[in-house]
Amino acid sequence: MSRPKLAVWKFASCDGCQLTLLNCEDELIPLAGEVEIAYFPEATRAVVEGPYDLSLVEGSITTPGDLERIEQVRRASRRLVTIGACATAGGIQALRDFADVDEFRSIVYAHPEYVETLGQSTPVAAHVPVDFELRGCPIDRGQLLEVLSAEIQGRAPRIPRHSVCFECKRRGTVCVTVAHGTPCLGPVTQAGCGALCPAYERGCYGCFGPQDTPNTASIAARLRRDGMAEDEVLRVFRTFNAGAEAFRRESVRHEAGAGVGRGRKGEP
Amino acid sequence: MEPRVIDTAGVQALVDALLARGYTVVGPTVRSGAIVNAPITSVEQLPRGWGDDQEAGRYRLRGRGDDALFGFASGAQSAKPVFFPTEEVLWRGRRTPDGFTVEAEDLQDDRRDDQPGADAPYALLGVRSCDLAAIGIQDTVLTGRRPDAAYAARRAAAFVVAVTCSDPGGTCFCVSTGTGPRPGPGRGAPYDLALTELLEPGAHRFLVEVTSDRGAEVLGDIGSTSATAADLEAADGVADRAARRMGRELETDGLKELLYAAAESPVWDDVATRCLACANCTAVCPTCFCTDVEDVTDLTGSLAGRNRVWDSCFDADFSLLHGGRVRASTGSRYRQWMTHKLAAWIDQFGMSGCVGCGRCITWCPAAIDITHEAAVLRREAAEQEALP
Ligand code: SF4
Ligand code: SF4
Ligand code: SF4
Repeated sequence: MSRPKLAVWKFASCDGCQLTLLNCEDELIPLAGEVEIAYFPEATRAVVEGPYDLSLVEGSITTPGDLERIEQVRRASRRLVTIGACATAGGIQALRDFADVDEFRSIVYAHPEYVETLGQSTPVAAHVPVDFELRGCPIDRGQLLEVLSAEIQGRAPRIPRHSVCFECKRRGTVCVTVAHGTPCLGPVTQAGCGALCPAYERGCYGCFGPQDTPNTASIAARLRRDGMAEDEVLRVFRTFNAGAEAFRRESVRHEAGAGVGRGRKGEP
Repeated sequence: MEPRVIDTAGVQALVDALLARGYTVVGPTVRSGAIVNAPITSVEQLPRGWGDDQEAGRYRLRGRGDDALFGFASGAQSAKPVFFPTEEVLWRGRRTPDGFTVEAEDLQDDRRDDQPGADAPYALLGVRSCDLAAIGIQDTVLTGRRPDAAYAARRAAAFVVAVTCSDPGGTCFCVSTGTGPRPGPGRGAPYDLALTELLEPGAHRFLVEVTSDRGAEVLGDIGSTSATAADLEAADGVADRAARRMGRELETDGLKELLYAAAESPVWDDVATRCLACANCTAVCPTCFCTDVEDVTDLTGSLAGRNRVWDSCFDADFSLLHGGRVRASTGSRYRQWMTHKLAAWIDQFGMSGCVGCGRCITWCPAAIDITHEAAVLRREAAEQEALP
């Protein structure tokens, strides 16, 4: 039996999630035994023609070219898994959604007419059907291996959608919100990192996007009680997952208080 | 055996005696701004001079200005993670040339090394009365109808040194639940020794009550003096003062019926506006016992395994069945938790699932208070009844 063909694609992103794959040092050899790494420019120049059994897609859709290319990737892939906050929520570059792209393009570039770009940074699933979305900025190595194992074995991956607090308590960390008054997005953020930041007495930054049942209004009230100003609350929801619906909506709720912005373009 | 008295050096001798018998001694210590349980070898690791301030959603250590070793209320975690680890390997299966093998792997394999739980048998030092009651409840649940062998083994091997609460927290209500503040034989899990810390009058000392042969043996290894009438009176005074200083109250009379009748109450929707569905309450609750079973494989499919991990009724997928989630809304999850804890538990196990430790109140980032919500339900029911 021939090994399934794996392809790794990049759109608008920093390559950090692909690096997470390369960082799976001990597992790369067994992985190469199970799948044929057919397309992975970050790691090898060798190109094996499609179609591919499994495509991992990093990055968000930000240009007209991306729009075409993601359609091609989808057509060439039996299964398509998006990896990272860019591919699953638009990434940090989705901050453009809250601003005027034409305006800053004309300020930043000497020849803005050469820069072809879309007004929004969108997740892959906004354009083509996606079989599984793996969250994180960057993704977690253990979770990536779980998804790959599941794909290879033909089973469902074990990727819980509950809060970071689950992992925080399992790890035995003292809650930084309750014991220190440190603002933490853990209660509204999806688990996956192993509650890394609270383990180092930092609040969670929300790298894995909204958990399954995110009560962002309640955590925003807590952040305010712990001393954050409206504009700070707005900013904590506008980082790597600014475009994730629950975080986007909560950030917009604090625009008036922060005295900025006007929500996503085209919205009343 | 008559009560005895030891001093701080005697507590060290007690720790040494337990270590010498091969126990891993797990006791309270200060880490990251809170009292947490950890393996200890010295009295110096105990939270000498530390107390705490606890409120809904808030915990702060407070310097007491004295030398008390146990002058704080319930810590960040109970004994639960020691006997009922957050993750446990149930079995591993390996592919072989002619099939596969299944082995019950060494249960400590995947344990994180920063948590107690790696080196049984344990001696627990400083278990509070509420937590003793909670261990008793978990014993009923986990060694009852379908005994959990690993849990039962850890429990049977454990040595327990209980302690009387002297300075209850702002979220404590063990007097309401009848579970504290002083350990009593026959109430909750059995224990071997019980300490009551006496700061005054007289020298800093500990009354030691002996409740098992094992306890008598260990105490026999270390020097102690017989307790005087004044010592006994001082210990009673500590417990009496603690009982009068509960931060919270829970009216338990008719609570089961009240909750069963409140299934459609608007209170649940109100809680849902605040509840984060984060599961901190169930993680810190010393009696919550729900778990999930994870099946895992490696990349090559040559190793498969089943792990048991802590789960919570606040997880949306906890109630996932074919066709969808039974408890999709956060309000229905909070209702499930509170109704099970305070009502259905009684029908299921013959006792309430709440021991009044206050942890779910203190460690809730949204400051949701089970005693307050119970009072609101009661008021609402009374108002309904008053209607013509
Ligand atoms: S530190 Fe943050 S992630 Fe951990 S329990 Fe507290 S709120 Fe949740
Ligand atoms: S319900 Fe709350 S107060 Fe009662 S035992 Fe559990 S954590 Fe303690
Ligand atoms: S009651 Fe509090 S601790 Fe429990 S799930 Fe809701 S917000 Fe989290």
